Amino acid sequence: MQNVIYPIFYLFAAALYILALKWMSSPSTARRGVRAGETAMLLAVVGTLLRFEVVEYHWIALAFLIGAAIGAPLALKMPMTAVPQRTAIAQAFGALAAALIGTAELLEAHPSGFAMAALTVEMLLGYMTFTASLIAFGKLQELLPGRPMTYRGQNYFNLSVLAGAICLGVLMNQSADPMSIFPYFVGASLLFGILLILPIGGADMPTVIALLNSYAGLSACAMGFAFDNKLLIVAGALDGSSGFILSIIMCRAMNRSFTNVLFGGFGALQQSAAGSAEQRPVRSASPEEAASILDAARSVIIIPGYGLAVAQAQHKIREMHDILTKRGVEVRFAIHPVAGRMPGHMNVLLAEADIPYDKLVEMEEINGDFPMCDVALVIGANDVVNPAAKNDPASPIAGMPILEVDNARTVMIIKRGMAAGFAGIDNELYYMDKTLMLFGDAKSYVSSLVKELSAQGNE
Amino acid sequence: MHVYEIGLWIFLLAAFLGFELIRRVSPLLHTPLMSLTNAISSVAVVGAILVAGHKDASTLAKVLGCIAVTASTINAVGGYLITDRTLKMFKKRDE
Repeated sequence: MQNVIYPIFYLFAAALYILALKWMSSPSTARRGVRAGETAMLLAVVGTLLRFEVVEYHWIALAFLIGAAIGAPLALKMPMTAVPQRTAIAQAFGALAAALIGTAELLEAHPSGFAMAALTVEMLLGYMTFTASLIAFGKLQELLPGRPMTYRGQNYFNLSVLAGAICLGVLMNQSADPMSIFPYFVGASLLFGILLILPIGGADMPTVIALLNSYAGLSACAMGFAFDNKLLIVAGALDGSSGFILSIIMCRAMNRSFTNVLFGGFGALQQSAAGSAEQRPVRSASPEEAASILDAARSVIIIPGYGLAVAQAQHKIREMHDILTKRGVEVRFAIHPVAGRMPGHMNVLLAEADIPYDKLVEMEEINGDFPMCDVALVIGANDVVNPAAKNDPASPIAGMPILEVDNARTVMIIKRGMAAGFAGIDNELYYMDKTLMLFGDAKSYVSSLVKELSAQGNE
Repeated sequence: MHVYEIGLWIFLLAAFLGFELIRRVSPLLHTPLMSLTNAISSVAVVGAILVAGHKDASTLAKVLGCIAVTASTINAVGGYLITDRTLKMFKKRDE
């Protein structure tokens, strides 16, 4: 009787997962999607506990409690600026779970044939994604240097470690005693995960985080094959395709291929560009001047970048947005798909500061509006507004779609100093006649803009 | 039909369905989308329960299974909560 019930639970759970993603399509239904996902998870867990072969509850109940006690405060207390790190560490937990389940199943069930092959794929992806996500977490949390770590022959070495892990996996499938090979297989998978992320720099993190998301999903999917569990296959495939699509979107937004992001070593290009840099004159302005230009404008487009997240300037920007909006200035935000450290990073930061989401405009939509815009205010962004991507075929970022800030009537750039951006390329935008450099920390500069604006309004 | 063949068909259809669904998600919501799919993939807890709760499970399998249950629960609870917390912040004008 029990084993008639659980497939029904699983069926409903799978349907709810699909609905959850469907409802995520728009902000008005997205929270319903979360409810659907939660219900699905509940159905899946209850259904599984009802299965007759599951007899031991105590330890599982304890594990649930510990998991909830760690997971809930992590989610509720964490500052929104730490969202990329949280995503990376969550992926590490998910991948670890998949890898350990695969290991336990290998020890217990001694599977063979297709189930064993699926289990091998699950463990390879699981262990690899585990260390890869941990390294990504370390880089995002700045425990590890964010710059790409590269050395000679890196790609060949990394690929041979991967090939080694795959060969060991195949051997394990053919061997009569898979446990003798198992430790080496795990070691190679863990090592490849580390090596995969070391050469990745901060600006490529959005792609990599999405890709790791995809691997974690595929690992759950492989588990579904090993356990002959359709719910796992469906949920894993949904997660896998989601991560995959996001990483394609991120790659496209940088005009780079997967192979280029993973093996390109963006850091290697830096030297050639840095050599030609020379001291050139720029125009700078005081907060007072900048504030009066903003006050006189009719249309302002703000371009946020990772620097905004670092400076935690989002709330100050909201104050400025409020003042300008009240005076009849149209303020909008132009969001580049790869601005920040994960897909959608800027949207979350600005939404946190209570900026209405209809003010956040995608690159394709807003690019046509720059010629009509009085002031384009760039805050903490660099490469995503660099006209070299359009004009200089020799530039390392050539062909990357950019926010065409250079078409605006006046360009203002808040920047700490004249240092180049992540790609290490000089930015023509800084030297244009219509550009004003506003030197300073994003948060304190915007604060002084707010102060000046309110003072000028009272005169 | 072989049991794994059915699985592969399901994978094929679910993957294409996933592509179609995700393509429609507004870039505005890409961050909560990632935390949601992350939470969804913690359905791996099903496998963990099967391993940890099995009547013939060895102590080692139980230990590994329980660690896996803990890890996926952290992910599930944390993932859904943070997704909801993030989505709550997305407001339209004058709401």
